[in-house]
Amino acid sequence: MNFYTDNNDLRFQLQHPLMRKIVELKENNFADNGKYDYAPTDTDDALDSYDRVLEVIGEICAEIIAPNAESVDHEGPQVIDGRVKYAAGTQQNHDALTQAGVYGLSLPREYGGLNFSMVPYVMAAELVSRADAGFANIWGLQDCAETIHEFASKEIKDRFLPRINKGDTCSMDLTEPDAGSDLQAVMLKASWDEPAGVWRLNGVKRFITNGDAQIKLVLARSEEGTTDGRGLSYFVYDKNDGGVTVRRIENKLGIKGSPTCELVFSNAPALLVGDRKLGLIKYVMSLMNGARLGVGAQSVGLSEAAFREALKYAHERVQFGKAIINFPAVYELLGVIKAKLQASRALLYETARFVDVYKAYNLLAEERKLTPEERAEQKEYQKLADIFTPLLKLFASEYANQNAYDALQIHGGSGFMKDYPVERLYRDARILTIYEGTSQLQVVAAIRGVLTGAYLNKIRAYEKEPVKAEHEHLRKILVAMTDQYAQTVQLIQAKADQQYTDFHARRAVEMAGHIIMGYLLLLDAQESDDFIHSSAIFITRGQAWNTERHAFIETFEPDHMSAYSAIVEN
Amino acid sequence: MTKPLKIVVLAKQVPDTRNVGKNAMKEDGTVNRAALPAIFNPEDLNALEQALRLKDRIPGTTVQLLTMGPGRAAGIIREGLFRGADGGVLLTDRKFAGADTLATSYALMQAIGKLNPDLIIAGRQAIDGDTAQVGPQVAEKLHWPQVTYAEDILSCNGERIAVKRRLERGVETVSAPLPALITVHGSAAACRSRHAKHLLKYKHAKTLSELQDAGNNAYDTNQPEYLRITEWGVADVGGDEQQFGLAGSPTKVKKIENIVFQAKESKRLTASDTDVNGLIKELMANHTIG
Repeated sequence: MNFYTDNNDLRFQLQHPLMRKIVELKENNFADNGKYDYAPTDTDDALDSYDRVLEVIGEICAEIIAPNAESVDHEGPQVIDGRVKYAAGTQQNHDALTQAGVYGLSLPREYGGLNFSMVPYVMAAELVSRADAGFANIWGLQDCAETIHEFASKEIKDRFLPRINKGDTCSMDLTEPDAGSDLQAVMLKASWDEPAGVWRLNGVKRFITNGDAQIKLVLARSEEGTTDGRGLSYFVYDKNDGGVTVRRIENKLGIKGSPTCELVFSNAPALLVGDRKLGLIKYVMSLMNGARLGVGAQSVGLSEAAFREALKYAHERVQFGKAIINFPAVYELLGVIKAKLQASRALLYETARFVDVYKAYNLLAEERKLTPEERAEQKEYQKLADIFTPLLKLFASEYANQNAYDALQIHGGSGFMKDYPVERLYRDARILTIYEGTSQLQVVAAIRGVLTGAYLNKIRAYEKEPVKAEHEHLRKILVAMTDQYAQTVQLIQAKADQQYTDFHARRAVEMAGHIIMGYLLLLDAQESDDFIHSSAIFITRGQAWNTERHAFIETFEPDHMSAYSAIVEN
Repeated sequence: MTKPLKIVVLAKQVPDTRNVGKNAMKEDGTVNRAALPAIFNPEDLNALEQALRLKDRIPGTTVQLLTMGPGRAAGIIREGLFRGADGGVLLTDRKFAGADTLATSYALMQAIGKLNPDLIIAGRQAIDGDTAQVGPQVAEKLHWPQVTYAEDILSCNGERIAVKRRLERGVETVSAPLPALITVHGSAAACRSRHAKHLLKYKHAKTLSELQDAGNNAYDTNQPEYLRITEWGVADVGGDEQQFGLAGSPTKVKKIENIVFQAKESKRLTASDTDVNGLIKELMANHTIG
């Protein structure tokens, strides 16, 4: 069994035309060829390397991680003497991936990585999540290495980055009891210890995923007397230095294998990452974008798992003399699950490609001066990544929940029992719309793309792509949806009322998302028949979803909000 | 510090007989190799893992794979390289073809003479022939001690090796002087997966014949040496030509029968304790369970 090779949609994404450009930027004239015996010689060789390594990961996912998922869910991690002990299966998963040399996939070779681009890195996260969404957190937290690589000093990079490939895990320590969505309220104190030449961290962090990691990135208040985000700096902490203990781990609804820790920092030594005071406003924001892409991948992986469980059960379960998949009520559900799955996957890799291009330019800019055209492209892709990331996080996580819900429904009473994996998927999915920024916060980030017209511009660009004559009717629907969307945005903007805009923000963002995913599926359907049905389902339903939103906003006057806001007074 | 070992792992490319479809056998009763994917013999992978563990434990230890087969069996050497082996040799020659276990072990023995290892590790048996003869025959021909059914190599000090054996009714720990040959049982640790960096390093490794099949006559001299997989023919390993291949194989197949399992009989049991106990006893007696 192999979770990479059994899914044609993944290789399809690796064959996207933009991949060649991404590889060429990332490999910078193949400068590592000859320096590292595992570096590629040319673009085809690099793409082949992506494919082969994903095959290794796909095999570990199918043969080791997925079979362990149930026992990990039951057993969970424990705290022993202030340290976390993973469930046996979790440790086995981690050891298998470490042994295969796949941690640090996207790090440069000088730090033990494979210098892969974001697309295969994100794909690996999708594969791991399909096998066990809880374990995907431990795997995914290597994102922290990206932040270290991007912002920390050479000394810190040399000390920490090579350890990722050897199996050291990471955590990002942001949340505190009084600082969740509002990270400006972080209180953990960082004070400079002059004699020792290190920073000292004191305080408490809560809800820290994989909190007993060897390498931690910690958001802390370095500027005494401040109360906002500008007093926060970012630190890297090495578990070998001591000073942090795990007080407890949370008992959660889902992703039970992923230890969620409450941590006590007492004089824990730490090193400053980048510049003081930029902790929240620059570094955490960057890390957060990476993490949101990660949750996008986690969501798509979970949707894939849910779809497969539902499909299998619908074929096996016989009622009224036939397999239940033959009933329209069931095959409609399956068709919609698959359409949402493929739509969110299309959005995932589109976003990953945008991130890839601008990040590759960022790295290139360290080597040489970019040409004006390159700089313009870097900026354009960064903007696209910035507006697509919250859209991805919002949709992929919501769809993962809807898909898990429908997949369980297809199982009927059996789905409610512990006998089938679908109940675990249903529980594991629930966190996806919450952590790394709730859906509501993704809307706050995404509404900018609505109001500036950035989504509309990109939609108009997709509109120009050619489609086959037999798909023209679907394109026409998307064009009509776009006009309707533009009109809806005008209605909102005409009110010039911040509360009104906030009130309808999610609806407007969702309308844009439905059109964008509709185009992505339609364009993919030009290349492969695997997307024809999903594009037809998604676009026609998207039309209905958008019409509902449009109708609601069209007749909604600002004073209608009082019916809702009345709850505040009661 | 323990003296580094030179280990040779005997491996075979076999048709995957674990998931056979309808067309797994040909009309004449022989295996339809074209219909079955060619894989690394499962217990040979267990053997490779034991070798790689020794390499992890004893610095300087090298692991070479030795396999005999048609040109495509070079895939086995690559699989070994991807998992951490240092190199390998493919024995391939028309004159090796048609070998039974005796001729196979003769060819392997000749090749081993050139490789000069301290330790040979092989899978217990291959899933195509299921003979479990080749490993022991190689040991006999070399006049080396052999330890069969190994589940774990417990220690090796460069002089002696201690091995846990999996037997029908328990385990046994034995020790043997080196050089020795060990055959590994499927209950031993599973083989590690391919390592990303080895995979990318060796993915273009080829035998000269593979290169020629792809239309190139010689190795590109700009390419590193590690991309060359050694191929040996009869002339390379030397020995008595009459003992190789079909000529050296006394085994003659008289007749092959297709056996089709059919579940024709059925028995109806009640839910009573007597019936259930009876069934348990019956299943234990014919070794279906227990």
